[in-house]
Order: sequence, then C-alpha cells, then structure tokens
Amino acid sequence: MLENIRLAFQGIASHKMRSFLTMLGIIIGIASIMSIVSTIKGTNDALKEKLVGSGNNTVEVNLSSGGEQLSIYDASSIPEGVPVVSDEIMQKIRDLDNVVSATAYNKRFVMDNSMYYGDDSVTSFNMYGVDDQYFHTIGYKLKSGRTFLDSDYTKFRKVMILDQTAAVKLFADVNPLGKTVEYGGQPFTIVGIVSKDDDYEPDIQNVYDYYSNLDESNGLFFIPKADWPIIFNYDEPENVIVKADVTEEMTKAGQSAAKILNSAIRSNSENQATYQAQDLLGMVKKQQQLAQNTKKQLIWIAGISLLVGAIGVMNIMLVSVTERTSEIGLKKAIGAQKSAILGQFLTEAAVLTTMGGLIGVAVGFALSYLIHRFSGIPAAISVPWSAGAVLISMLIGLISGFLPAQKAANMDPIEALRRE
Amino acid sequence: MILKLDHINKAYHTGKLDVPVLHDVCLHVEKGEYVAIMGPSGSGKSTLMNIIGCLDRPDSGTYELNGEDVFSRDDRSMANIRLRNLGFVFQNFQLLNRQSALENVALPLVYAKVPKKERRERARAALERVGLGDRVTFLPGQLSGGQKQRVAIARAMVNRPSILLADEPTGALDSHSSLQIMELFQQLNEEGVTVLMITHSPDIAAYAGRVCDIFDGVISERNGTVNAAQEAERKAEQEAEEALAKMRKRSADMLRHGSEEKEEPDES
Repeated sequence: MLENIRLAFQGIASHKMRSFLTMLGIIIGIASIMSIVSTIKGTNDALKEKLVGSGNNTVEVNLSSGGEQLSIYDASSIPEGVPVVSDEIMQKIRDLDNVVSATAYNKRFVMDNSMYYGDDSVTSFNMYGVDDQYFHTIGYKLKSGRTFLDSDYTKFRKVMILDQTAAVKLFADVNPLGKTVEYGGQPFTIVGIVSKDDDYEPDIQNVYDYYSNLDESNGLFFIPKADWPIIFNYDEPENVIVKADVTEEMTKAGQSAAKILNSAIRSNSENQATYQAQDLLGMVKKQQQLAQNTKKQLIWIAGISLLVGAIGVMNIMLVSVTERTSEIGLKKAIGAQKSAILGQFLTEAAVLTTMGGLIGVAVGFALSYLIHRFSGIPAAISVPWSAGAVLISMLIGLISGFLPAQKAANMDPIEALRRE
Repeated sequence: MILKLDHINKAYHTGKLDVPVLHDVCLHVEKGEYVAIMGPSGSGKSTLMNIIGCLDRPDSGTYELNGEDVFSRDDRSMANIRLRNLGFVFQNFQLLNRQSALENVALPLVYAKVPKKERRERARAALERVGLGDRVTFLPGQLSGGQKQRVAIARAMVNRPSILLADEPTGALDSHSSLQIMELFQQLNEEGVTVLMITHSPDIAAYAGRVCDIFDGVISERNGTVNAAQEAERKAEQEAEEALAKMRKRSADMLRHGSEEKEEPDES
C-alpha cells in the first residue's frame, strides 16, 4: 500500500502538467463547494451572533398588541389593565431556572424636548428609566464614574448616566462627570459613563432598529427608574429584558417571563396588550433554513464540476494505463497478481484526486477569504466539511479509477510485453 | 526433474483458420542444466517460452514444474508460480525507467510481500552478484545496454527461482556486452542455477550445455554441442530463402522496366 502511494506520487511527479490539469476539475469542484459552505456557514454564524448576541443571550419581553410592539409616548398611550411591573414579579422571573438576570425599564424616544447643558443641547435621543439590574443584564460596561446606587432609588436622587455617544454630543471636550444637565425643568447630575462592549455593532433588522440606531447616534441617557414618574408625571408599565443562561434557552426563558408578566394583567378586551417575548432563535432558524436551501442548490451545481473532473480523471487514467502497457506486462510476468495491478492504478487515481481535494479545500478557503475581504460576506471554516471534501475526492478517484485499473489488471501479459 | 513438458500442442485461431504453432513438443530439463532452444523467427519458440513461463496455456499437453502440475491451476496460482519459481530475462530488458536499479531488482520481492528492509538487502546482494554493486542508485537511462540486462538478470534472480528463463537475452546488445552476459549466465549456471534460453543465434546457443532446435513447431534434441547436419540444413534453407528473395526482387524490377508507361508499382 505504502509502496503504491510512493509509486503514485512518482507517477504524478513525472507528468506534472498533465496531473495538474487532471486535478483541476476536482480542484474547481471542491473549491467551489468549500467556498459556498464556508461563506454560508459564516453568514449563518454572523446572523446568529447578530440576532442572538454572542454569549449575551438577552431576550426582550415587550408589551405588544396585535403582534406589534407598543411604544408609550404619553399618558393616553399607556395600555389599560397593565400595571407597573412589581418587585415580586421581577423576583419570580429572576427565580426561573434558565434566567441569569432580568431587568425592567422604561424607555422613551424623546423628540419634542431637549437635554440642556448650559447653552448646548441635544434633541432626539433615548431616555431610559432603569433598575439596578439593567447595565449588567444588557452588557454595558462602566467607563468612568459610578452606576446607580440603592440610595439613588430610595431617595429619588436626580442622577444620570450617559453612554459615550451622548457624552461626546453634549459635552464635547469637557469631562461630564459631576456636571448638571437639565431635562423637562429638572436638573440631573452626571455620575457615570457607560459603553457597550468594544466589538458591539448596531444590528439593523427593521425600521424600528433603524430609528433606535439613529437615536443612539445622538446618545442614550439613563436615569433611575424611580425618577421616571417625576419627569413624566405618570406611572408607566415597563418592558423587560431577561438574560438566559444558554443561547438555546433564550426563547423558553423569554416565554416564561412573558407568562409571569401577563399573569398580572387584568384582561379587558380582545385587543388587550400583553407581554410577548421575541423569538430570536426562531428567526435565526428561519433565516438559516433559507440559507441552507440555497447551499444545497449551489452544492448540486458545484457537484456537476466534480462529475466533469471525475470523467477527466478516468480519461487520463485510461491514457496512463495504455502508456504503461509494457510496465503492466512486465509486472504481471514477474508474478504480480491482478489485485496488485488493480491496487496500483486505483491508488494512483485516488492519490491524484485526494491531492486535488486538498488543494481544492485550500483554494476554497482562500476564495471565501477573498469574498469576505471584498464583499464583507463573512466566512467560517467548517472542519467536518473539509474532511468530508477530501474524503469525497478520494472516493471520486477510486470510482473513476476503477475502470482503467481493471483494464490494466486484465491485460494479457504476452500482448502487453510485445508492445514497446 | 525440474521441468517436464509432454505432448504440448498449440494452434492460434485466427478467424476460421487454425495455424499450428507447436506440435507434440516434449522437453525435459534436469536441475542445474543450461538449455538453449534455438530456432528462426516464426518457429514457435516464443510461444513455447510463454508456455514454459506460465504466461500461456497450450491446447493440450502436460507441464510439471518441480513435480507439480501447472495447467490445472488458476490464474492467481499461475502468477504465484511465476513469482516464486521463474525468473524472466527479456530481450529489451523491460526495466521501469523511473525506478533505480535497486528498485527494479526489488520489484518481485514487493509482490512476494517481503519486508522493505529485507527487500533492499536482497536486491543489493543480487546487484552485487551481477557486478553492479556500485550502480544501485542509477536509473536505467544512466546504464549501458549490458548493464541494463545485468539489472534485469539480478531482478530475475532476486526471488531465487527454480529456473531462469531468458528470451533472446543478447538480442539488443553489442557483441562485447553479449559476451559478458553469456559469461554471467554461465557463471550462474555453474553456481547451480537452471537456465533455459531462447535464441536464434547459434553463437549464443553454443554457450548452453544442451541445445534443442525448434522448427515449424517441432522440437528436436541435438546430440553434442553443434549438430553439423542440422546446421547445414539451416544454412541451405537460409540460402534458399535468400535466393527466393533475389528472384522476387528481380521479377519486380523486370515488371517495372517492362511497363514504363504504367505508373510505378507501389512498393511501400
């Protein structure tokens, strides 16, 4: 066997150009399959990461009505029968097995009012009334200053935390910490600045995301939830974010939380607003299914080039057998069994296509890297697919080499030796 | 008795016509003999060699090699006999050009499933025996004709066969190399190797201890080294053939000159 492989390499090396051209069909086929697979895997991974968040596992449980998320902008937009989320309910959610942490928060997209610092101001921004779980549930990191203290809530202190965008927008090159801003006639002291993780990128899935991303570009302003009714003058039901322990549990955790939240709602009408958990995993699955179907179709097309490659291998192996008639005759004359001759040519075909497969995998990765470089479509290397591709190449060699190898094995040594 | 051929008949079936090649051939060879089978081309000597070499089967007859019947065996087993009991030397050497002398010699041992280390040792020893101990890494292209044939002889000998079969071993060599090869055969024979050689040349056949003539498929034993009567017969036949060729040429010339208006007859 080892001897056969050594012979095969010798044979391939003695016809470098021909061997390469023969391999080319296999290389092209495998390379296109590998680039399709890694590009689609990369897209799927990125999709999952963007929608689900890598390792963050947070799922929003929002007040919704008729399948649409409710946004509260004034007292009249508060749905009937929905109470403010109580501490007991939050505790129940946090006690769920698959929930790591949970936060209830108010959010307002402010367009009709401004945030002032001295003579400077910003309009169109997001105000958040948050509890003490918000920042670590969402994954914000404190850049400077402090987060909210228990006493901020109990004493209704007018303190504020900014994200970095807001800090830059409103304060330019002044250190915001300790400065006072004014909103709705109320002064707030800046106590801290937070930011998302460094690798955070805004994910825009729909028009809401677009607006909220636009808002974020003017910055986020956080105040203790306790201050919310003071500036907006009424109690307002919150939305909830739960963080699941593992990605797979996200949907379940969200649904359980929604169930607990809905148990506190007094139902009045059919159009009753209820809490609905986002089914991010479901969305990912749907998207991935779509990509999977595309992948299947593309692989069939690439498979055709593999078929053409296989025919090329068969053709060149037939040529090789004819060329080496006297070698085969000699080997049979000195006592080589049919199986030995068969093995030699099968090995040669398999080595040829396996080499083609290996080169194809490498070229495939190079291609998907280039695609990534120039079009931004992410690529991810799939180890099982690479191994499978090399194995399939080997199989192609064995199949397409079989006929020529059998021709060689069945050669009449007398006839074969007579030829020069 | 190492080789025992009895009543071998063989005809080639070309279309409806049967062309007889071997007719009731009997040949017995004792261990350690050096036998030459001599005959002109078309005499059936190659067919006989193929049958002795277990590459071909006759229409009828028996063949015992080392006391074992050969023709009752299947192809697998025939290949095994070639591997274990026979060593082949061909007119055109039949070396693998991409492999070194050592690898060429070791080839039968590969099929005999001898471990690699032992293969190399035995192949080297065989090459040393034919006087090419300093050429083991050479490719056939780097060797002279005589050296190539010695590599082929080493290959034939490496698996310690019962019989060394040589088919026109000097056919492609100059007289000097031929001499060396014949000396090597003689040397091997003196060391106890049974040699069976096919040749058309009486000079080469003269090296053998025993010569059999084959003519039109009939084999005849020669008494003594050279049978004068048969040699004369062979010469007479050769002369007759030459005369016939001359006559043909002459008549062709006559035809050409006798009909000058006509186009040249096709001589290709």
